[in-house]
Amino acid sequence: MTDVPFQEPTGEGSGRDAGGLGAPSGSDAGAERRFVRTAFVRRKERFEAWARGVFLAMAAAMIVPLVAIVGHLTYEAWPSLGLEFVLDIPRQGMTEGGIWPAFVGTLYLVGLSLAVAAPIGVLAAVYLNEYARDNWFNRVIQLAVINLAGVPSIVHALFGLGAFVYAARFGYSILSASLTLAIMTLPVIIASTREALAAVPRSFREACWNVGATRWQTIRSIVLPNSISGILTGVILQVSRAAGETAPIMFTGAVFYKAIARGDLFAYRLDEQCMALSMHLYTVTTQVPNVRESVPYATAVVLLASVLLVNATAIGLRLWLRNRKRW
Amino acid sequence: MTGREGQSEHPNHRAAGGEGVASGREAAGGGAGWKPAPQDSPRGQGEGKRPRRSGWARAGERVIEGVIRTSGVSAVLFVLAIFFFVFREAAPVLFGGEHFKLLPFLFSVEWYPTSASNVRYGTLALTVGTFSVTALAMVLAVPFGLGAAVFVSEFCGPRLKETLKVVIELLAAIPSVVWGFIGLTVMSRLIVHFTGAPVGVNLLNGGIILALMSVPIIVSIGEDALKAVPDSYREAGLALGATRWQLVYRVLLPAARNGLLAAVLLGVGRAVGETMAVLMATGHAVNLPLGVFDSVRTLTANVAAELGEAPAGSDHYRVLFLTGVLLFSLTFVVNLVADLVIRGWRRK
Repeated sequence: MTDVPFQEPTGEGSGRDAGGLGAPSGSDAGAERRFVRTAFVRRKERFEAWARGVFLAMAAAMIVPLVAIVGHLTYEAWPSLGLEFVLDIPRQGMTEGGIWPAFVGTLYLVGLSLAVAAPIGVLAAVYLNEYARDNWFNRVIQLAVINLAGVPSIVHALFGLGAFVYAARFGYSILSASLTLAIMTLPVIIASTREALAAVPRSFREACWNVGATRWQTIRSIVLPNSISGILTGVILQVSRAAGETAPIMFTGAVFYKAIARGDLFAYRLDEQCMALSMHLYTVTTQVPNVRESVPYATAVVLLASVLLVNATAIGLRLWLRNRKRW
Repeated sequence: MTGREGQSEHPNHRAAGGEGVASGREAAGGGAGWKPAPQDSPRGQGEGKRPRRSGWARAGERVIEGVIRTSGVSAVLFVLAIFFFVFREAAPVLFGGEHFKLLPFLFSVEWYPTSASNVRYGTLALTVGTFSVTALAMVLAVPFGLGAAVFVSEFCGPRLKETLKVVIELLAAIPSVVWGFIGLTVMSRLIVHFTGAPVGVNLLNGGIILALMSVPIIVSIGEDALKAVPDSYREAGLALGATRWQLVYRVLLPAARNGLLAAVLLGVGRAVGETMAVLMATGHAVNLPLGVFDSVRTLTANVAAELGEAPAGSDHYRVLFLTGVLLFSLTFVVNLVADLVIRGWRRK
């Protein structure tokens, strides 16, 4: 750094004039007294502005697709979109009509997988955060959680087919598909529950232990109540993930078409196959010829809107929680 | 209560042993308050005089702790179960399939599973398909992902930061089948329109879609890595007169190197394992790609496309499960390496 970014103040009035824009009293010696941007500093600042612009563009490149995708899909889907589309059943060999059986099927799959995954996931997170010591065994568990999150969805599908459909003899059913989804989404719940539990200050637990409570009493009366909103966030994220998955349910319980009554909410039994929203989008896009133009788009919009809505709820919950945090 | 105060210091110690310990409420309500009455419970004695919890309460607690421990172990069991059940279906063909040999399976490009005369199961073209799509996706996603992570972490104000993080989260939530649909309809039309390629569903399409899917992971993990760099590094840099860019380039990127590498690896893991999006967007031709406008098929898409047609128990069906074993091992290694890298970064 040979260039000096600003000049050494010389006169006695420098304190007042140092940052001034050529104060009238010191105008004769102003050039020496003010901050002066040397060529070095100018180059540095120019480069800084340029870098900021590039990084801004890269960040913007993330937002643009989201907005463009949602906008375009909605525009194309507009002719079919409406409550009627959700409530109606597919007609004319799935080329027209609505998506009710798929919508209900997704509700069933998500509900059942949530009922299985939520307790196991929350308790596993409690174990990892409250009980586990730092030894090799618990490092193996954490590694397993990370790997469970990284297993490709199609491998989960193969597992579900081999384990639930054939080995456990559940057949192609909602039960098999939900269990596959539950195992697949377990890491989502474990990760966010652990985060919520870790956010409860250690002093809360210590205070509770010091009045003689056991570990479980502390967890039940102090740790869980103070982290319940964070746990809920994780559960909501699991719902969003389970609703969007296609590959794991494709070979374990979801079918192309199943006839149920329009608007019937209790149409499926657990040992039956069902339609699912994500699978339906794949079907009408790639398997069914001559579909009315806007039907796949409308299906995509309903799926996307459901998932994003659920996620937005989780985000809202988290922000609300952060604002009313007392510690 | 007495004699146990010291133990609460130990983070992983059972602060109050299970046996014969008064519950919090009983102890608090017992009139003794915080100060132990010396005549009642001198240190190390007087265990018998404490109010005991009923046997049921203690048994219930045992049961609950057992359930918690079992749930904790369940993740390991599930990973083992996944490997076991997928491998179990694949094993017969591996140890005595009629038309199956391991070397051609790994290194032959001829995938003709339903040929009447000469059945061949070579997955090299599929493996190359997977890696070429992943590589293209990473070429696009890594600069943008890391750039966006730097912007979110270092260049923008708190409000914009919150907004961007919400956008990243929403982007990560878009289901893969919707991405595939976008690739098949919107992106393929754009590619045909702008490049004049004969078909829009190809390597380029799959790469762009996978890049869009991997960016959120790279951004959020990369941002975590940058956040983990101590503020004193930034302050030291700024005190020397460095601009933000100089700070990022000379200080933060080297300091967060491991975390950023892990971010990229997790992005790779996501891209390798992705199924529905590549199934719909890459054009589905078993083919060694020579350029970005060639159609390809990946390992994952191949399983998704053919599992429905392969009769259960046939060689074809078992070979698809073997592909699953291959994929499982592949992502296992990638995730393991990413985890080791992250661990190294945390330790520092």
